[in-house]
Amino acid sequence: MIFLTRKAEFSSAHFYWNPQWSPEENQRVFGRCANRNGHGHNYTLEVTVAGEVDPISGFVVDLKELKDILEREVVSVYDHRHLNLEVPEFISEIPTTENIAVAIWNRLDNKIPNAKLHRVRVYEMPDLFADYYGEP
Amino acid sequence: MKAYLNRRYHFSASHRLHTDVFNKAKNRELFGKCNNPHGHGHNYTVQVTFSGLINPETGMVCNLADLDSFAQKNLLSRFDHTNLNTLESFADKVSTTENLSIEIYRIFQSFPAAHLEQVHIEETSNNSFDFAGDRAPFGMRAPGTI
Repeated sequence: MIFLTRKAEFSSAHFYWNPQWSPEENQRVFGRCANRNGHGHNYTLEVTVAGEVDPISGFVVDLKELKDILEREVVSVYDHRHLNLEVPEFISEIPTTENIAVAIWNRLDNKIPNAKLHRVRVYEMPDLFADYYGEP
Repeated sequence: MKAYLNRRYHFSASHRLHTDVFNKAKNRELFGKCNNPHGHGHNYTVQVTFSGLINPETGMVCNLADLDSFAQKNLLSRFDHTNLNTLESFADKVSTTENLSIEIYRIFQSFPAAHLEQVHIEETSNNSFDFAGDRAPFGMRAPGTI
């Protein structure tokens, strides 16, 4: 089994807000991330897939094809967008790094031919990143 | 859903590798330039990994501000710009990054809001260490396991 990782980048705006809480409670829990005007990050996405090497092509997965899938399923939807306002899954979920990792997993799962999605890693910043392995 | 939150912290400290068990010549032979009596220093990077279910109300495994203030109080304020050999943690241990990894794992184990999975310490850009208690760290486990 080979594990192959492909990176992609997107730049997006977001804020943290739980509509069931008062503005004071949102401010207390989320601090400056609760600014309703939003703020933004350069996100780095690392997608790791696992599979066996095809004896003819020598590939686990065609990297060009994987790049196109990441572009179509994630980057074209998230890049230069406001996640809370323009991305369907974050109308109801707070776009934390953890939830972004889960959402990207759901976007990619079963879409990568010949390989199994192993890990989605989302960097909000170089010093803060979340991993999701499809665990319930 | 179970997710893993990774946070990196940075501190700078000096140290000297030396053990009273051996004489001067044997220390020099074993630890080489790291045994310089005046010490030397590094910019350390500490990467901690916590796991937990994503809280549906916050979207978080744990509140990052709480983790940062825990790290400030229990790691950075104690280790940054110090000589590691003078700290109580290394009173009876050589201040290798192996021992530092175990000590930092012990420190973050007491963060109450999430489960510590592992620590990864970079002593230089060429040397790094992973410690996950009695389990193998991520990426160093058998194929098919996380």
